[in-house]
Amino acid sequence: MAEFIQMGGYASFVWPSYALVALVLWLNWYLPRKQHEKEMRQLRRRQKDEQK
Amino acid sequence: MFLWFHKLGSPPHFYRIAGKWIPWLTWIFLAFLLTGLYGGLIEAPPDYQQGESYRIIFVHVPSAWMSLLIYVVMAFCGAIVIIWRMKLAEVVLISSAPIGASFTFLALITGSLWGKPMWGTYWVWDARLTSELILLFLYLGIIGLHNAIDDRRVAGRAVAILALVGVVNIPIIHYSVEWWHSLHQGPTVTKFDKPSIHWSMLLPLLLMAMAFQVYYVLALFQKCRVELLRRERNSKWVEEL
Repeated sequence: MAEFIQMGGYASFVWPSYALVALVLWLNWYLPRKQHEKEMRQLRRRQKDEQK
Repeated sequence: MFLWFHKLGSPPHFYRIAGKWIPWLTWIFLAFLLTGLYGGLIEAPPDYQQGESYRIIFVHVPSAWMSLLIYVVMAFCGAIVIIWRMKLAEVVLISSAPIGASFTFLALITGSLWGKPMWGTYWVWDARLTSELILLFLYLGIIGLHNAIDDRRVAGRAVAILALVGVVNIPIIHYSVEWWHSLHQGPTVTKFDKPSIHWSMLLPLLLMAMAFQVYYVLALFQKCRVELLRRERNSKWVEEL
């Protein structure tokens, strides 16, 4: 396991690469979901206002 | 077929279909990702020249492929926008831009993290690296131009033209390692004869490439749904959601 983490001495290049890819892919997945929720909330509010 | 295409192009229909597909695409992406990571990080042997450092290939090369593929998709959408003025093509074009920029950024950064131990430098101004950097600026230019124009339809046409003009950079990036002397290695997979890479490394590489392609469609659908809601805020189908 320790050997796996050390990556033959290249750990400080391999793991940051993978971590950065994970972060950027997660952001591109997460942010649109948040924005979609926000749009839907605004839509529900507008629908409510119209009914009054 | 044409009718199906026409129907898919209508915003409410696309919005609904994309919403249905997202959970499935997520599972397919995770399946490719996990098998690819297992194959690449655990099963594949170390490289006889580069040791363990070459394992960056499994994120670097798929990211670089996606940076080119997404741009081609955007240029294709640009052509559709200019010829048929199809609204959905504008949405796909502009929703693709941040994803493409992300993959280009990742290709550049993971490449420089691979370059440091292998070439002794994070960056050189050679043809491959410079043309990929220009690609990043093209993506950012498209996003900036779109944000600068308030009228969405005008913005759509403007970025369509920019996307089409910029496509000239794509073959330059691909052939840069053959046309100019480059520190970057030549192609090992996309050659006409047999790829010069062992299947134990090629298979996880292709799995990761599949994972990234599915991810693109997944992320694109999510972004398109938001963009459609924003554009069509006042239309009847949004009111009825």
